[in-house]
Amino acid sequence: MQLIPCPWCGPREEAEFHYGGQAHVAYPSDPSALSDEEWAQYVFFRDNPSGPFAERWSHSAGCRRWFNAVRDTRTHDLLAVYRVGEPMPEVAS
Amino acid sequence: MNFRTPTGGTIDRNTLLHFTFNGEGFTGHSGDTLASALLAHGVHEIGSSVKFGRPRGIVAAGSEDPTSLVQIETPFPEPMLLATTVELYEGLEARGLAGQGRLASISDPARYDAKHEHCDVLVVGAGPAGLVAALTAARSGARVVLVDEQNQAGGALLGVDEYLDDRPSASWVADIVAELKSTPGVLVLERTTAFGMYQDGFVLALQKRTDHLGFAAPASVARQRVWRIRTKQTVLTTGAHERPVVFPDNDRPGIMLASAARTFLHRYGVLVGSRAVVFTTNDSAYCAAINLAESGVDVPLIVDARPEAPARLATECAARGIEVRAGQVVTGTEGEGRVTGVHVAGATVACDTLLVSGGWNPVVSLFSQARGKLRYDAELGAFVPGEELGSVRVAGSATGELDLASCVRQGREAGSAAVVAAGFSSRGQVPLPVSDSRCTSRSGLVLWRVPGDEDTSFVDLQRDATVSDVLRATGAGLRSLEHIKRYTTIGTAHDQGKTSGMIAAGIVAEALGVEPADQRPTTFRPPYTSVSFAALAGRDRGALHDPVRVTAIHPWHVAHGALFENVGQWKRPWYYPQPGEDLHTAVLRECRAARSGVAMMDGSTLGKIDVQGSDAGKFLDMLYTNMMSTLKVGRIRYGVMCGVDGMVIDDGTVIRVGEERYLVTTTTGNAAKILDWMEEWLQTEWPHLDVHCTSVTDHWATIPLVGPKSRDVLAAVAPDLDVSNEAFEFMTWRDTQVAGVPARVCRISFSGELAYEINVTAWHGLAVWETLMAAGAPFGITPYGTETMHVLRAEKGYPIIGQETDATVTPHDLGMSWAVSKKKPDFIGKRSFARAENQRADRKQLVGLLPVDPSVLLPEGAQIISSDHLPEPPVRMLGHVTSSYPSAALGRTFALALVRSGHSRIGETLYVPVSDALVPVTVTDSVLYDKEGTRRDG
Repeated sequence: MQLIPCPWCGPREEAEFHYGGQAHVAYPSDPSALSDEEWAQYVFFRDNPSGPFAERWSHSAGCRRWFNAVRDTRTHDLLAVYRVGEPMPEVAS
Repeated sequence: MNFRTPTGGTIDRNTLLHFTFNGEGFTGHSGDTLASALLAHGVHEIGSSVKFGRPRGIVAAGSEDPTSLVQIETPFPEPMLLATTVELYEGLEARGLAGQGRLASISDPARYDAKHEHCDVLVVGAGPAGLVAALTAARSGARVVLVDEQNQAGGALLGVDEYLDDRPSASWVADIVAELKSTPGVLVLERTTAFGMYQDGFVLALQKRTDHLGFAAPASVARQRVWRIRTKQTVLTTGAHERPVVFPDNDRPGIMLASAARTFLHRYGVLVGSRAVVFTTNDSAYCAAINLAESGVDVPLIVDARPEAPARLATECAARGIEVRAGQVVTGTEGEGRVTGVHVAGATVACDTLLVSGGWNPVVSLFSQARGKLRYDAELGAFVPGEELGSVRVAGSATGELDLASCVRQGREAGSAAVVAAGFSSRGQVPLPVSDSRCTSRSGLVLWRVPGDEDTSFVDLQRDATVSDVLRATGAGLRSLEHIKRYTTIGTAHDQGKTSGMIAAGIVAEALGVEPADQRPTTFRPPYTSVSFAALAGRDRGALHDPVRVTAIHPWHVAHGALFENVGQWKRPWYYPQPGEDLHTAVLRECRAARSGVAMMDGSTLGKIDVQGSDAGKFLDMLYTNMMSTLKVGRIRYGVMCGVDGMVIDDGTVIRVGEERYLVTTTTGNAAKILDWMEEWLQTEWPHLDVHCTSVTDHWATIPLVGPKSRDVLAAVAPDLDVSNEAFEFMTWRDTQVAGVPARVCRISFSGELAYEINVTAWHGLAVWETLMAAGAPFGITPYGTETMHVLRAEKGYPIIGQETDATVTPHDLGMSWAVSKKKPDFIGKRSFARAENQRADRKQLVGLLPVDPSVLLPEGAQIISSDHLPEPPVRMLGHVTSSYPSAALGRTFALALVRSGHSRIGETLYVPVSDALVPVTVTDSVLYDKEGTRRDG
């Protein structure tokens, strides 16, 4: 059971959190201007890197805040957590 | 025969315990295991093997034993326990198993629980290294937890007769345990197996608290406890298991590990036989031979596979009449059941016991679970920890170090490093003991197997997997140990390959002509030893398994005989049978009341979300397919929500309470999900919006009052309210007094009938319900449940999200294009409606189905095809039945279905395969009752 450092509450057990997929995939400002293919990219396609990956997490059974985290997908180690709206921190991969 | 020594061991010879094995009565002592008590009576044969039915005995003295599986019958039936780990108690009844056990058919009366523990240093294993590590950590003031699977500390010391610092080792152990137990902040857990090691210092351990008490176990004490330990630093002092050597017919009862024989002698005072031959590849078995010979066992021969025997030990053996033959091996055994002889150099040596030692395997299971990499130690012939892990240290024989002085030094260093890493300063040096041991365990020969009959050379005794099986796997082209493990099942039994895994890897390496070092070992996974589901479930079973939610009106439903349906965690009245009624007749009666008189239900479980803020309208415009910001205060609108993919995720009504306040309702099962959905968009995409969402589901009791007479009933209990159609229009709401309490009444209908939804605070729910029942009595008011609700809405073609829909259905598919705004520039899902896939004419669409025979009820989930005979497979399915009911209003059965191109098939005849028949059905519009909506206003 991993500890996830919620940027609002501190370290809590992973069972308190929900996963929200890749971070920094903004809702398109004008979906109607996108081609079918561009829209499908937004709806269906996400990165799947081996290594550091910026993700959205929600402390759903705690403070219920969404935040972002950089997780190394090879080890599950959380390299950084940061609040929504903050830039992704530099991490060593 | 009595094989108990006159003195010695840690058993209590003054306590006589009676037990039965395979129906035969025996006695033993407190401190015995079932295995030691049976061996004391000369019983070696425990059960038979799972595939071949070959007799099997006791190989090891602890949890690494592969064969001594028993079924316990009393006090509670339990399968697949090891005789070597079952502590003896008065009245124990056990049977040997033929490979598999039998689960109890009665429910387990024992209590199981879990406890959280946080510490600075966790030490796993209370052998010499672990004791020194724990004491070092404890003296620094750290919070220390020491767990050990045995009923007493000491580890390997329990199985030998060594002296430490010129006193029996038990005395040295007792002093350390006493100091640990008296140190504040130190927790010593016996009979506790750390079975899983996870990330960030999370360790699960199973404590057997009352198993050893048998019938005397107090019911008030949890039988087993799962410790959920979160530690900053861990020291693994998990020891080593002796490894056998594989040779033909190596599975007979009476063939056991040399260290096991030593343990049975020194810990339990039991001689494992009368005449024992020893087969070894290293020095440690010599001590077993000498110990047994000194205790009166005839030990005629040590067969040492090494080219030369160790001179000093060979001399000691000669003095005791033990012949030592170096450079030879055991090539086979004989016996009916228990071993009666061993084959050495072409001759047979008679014996009743064969002790085997092929070296030692460090116990690296937890280290590997903690993602530590393993390294092959060629001298040892075993995998050892191959790297340093941040907060996990390994000490003692678990590192492959088998000399006691080195083990305890490692323990002290690891304990000291752990406390320093946890932020403490190491205080003083725990003195290290000096051993008088005569045998070292190193300097062995690595020998996996003796060539011979491969079909009877067993690698995994529990799985009945032989050298032949391994060679068949490599012959089939398998190279990876993980693949070979799965192909042969070696290492997949209760013991997870504790004695077989390394040997299998060695035999594979030999067969492939590679070095074991070039192979990747199989991954160790939790649990280290078997853990029962009961222990894992703990208190979370029965009524405590999942919270039960009931409404404020629930007691009335119970008192009036409602049957209940589980909807998520909610208990909802399903229907209210009167005497003699079944579901069918009760629901027809309830439906008739709603359509011809007046009926009401408890709708309190409906999800309710209070949405407030200056941007609330703008926000809801993005979430719903239709426009909510234009809704006037006092009015209500039905809305549909979609995901970004354009598929329906929920529906419900939106009430505009004020300029900056809406009350949103969701389906009962989706309340939490929709609140999460709102929060996700607000926090991650539109944090600039001034909107706040709060769940108010439980704040309100909600009572739909339905039917042509509902207006009369409402008028009787709400004197301040003008209930006329003109003053109180459809899809509007009014705040008023109902039954003397403040209420919000909404004119909405989920049945097509004139209906009012009465909302009061939950505190008043029951009183208002009872007042409505009394006021409605002259009109024959009828309470109805979820089944009637489903029939009424289905007659009107109203979909239930999750029943008519899955994640592939758009509002258009449901025939609800009218609920999709064409004016709004954007809302979630809008762009997806324009995708080619969503424009296809052959999408599955919601329609009604009328069986040609009006008495035939279609099964929900049934498939739909176009031909009146079943064609050759593959049969093209047009869709499936989503809802199906008998209808009082229609006087017949009907169904809703998702059908390809359904909207253009209205009037067609399609077919539904039911059992062996094809049921013809007519496709209709999804609205089957009062299509014109004439009943809505009463």
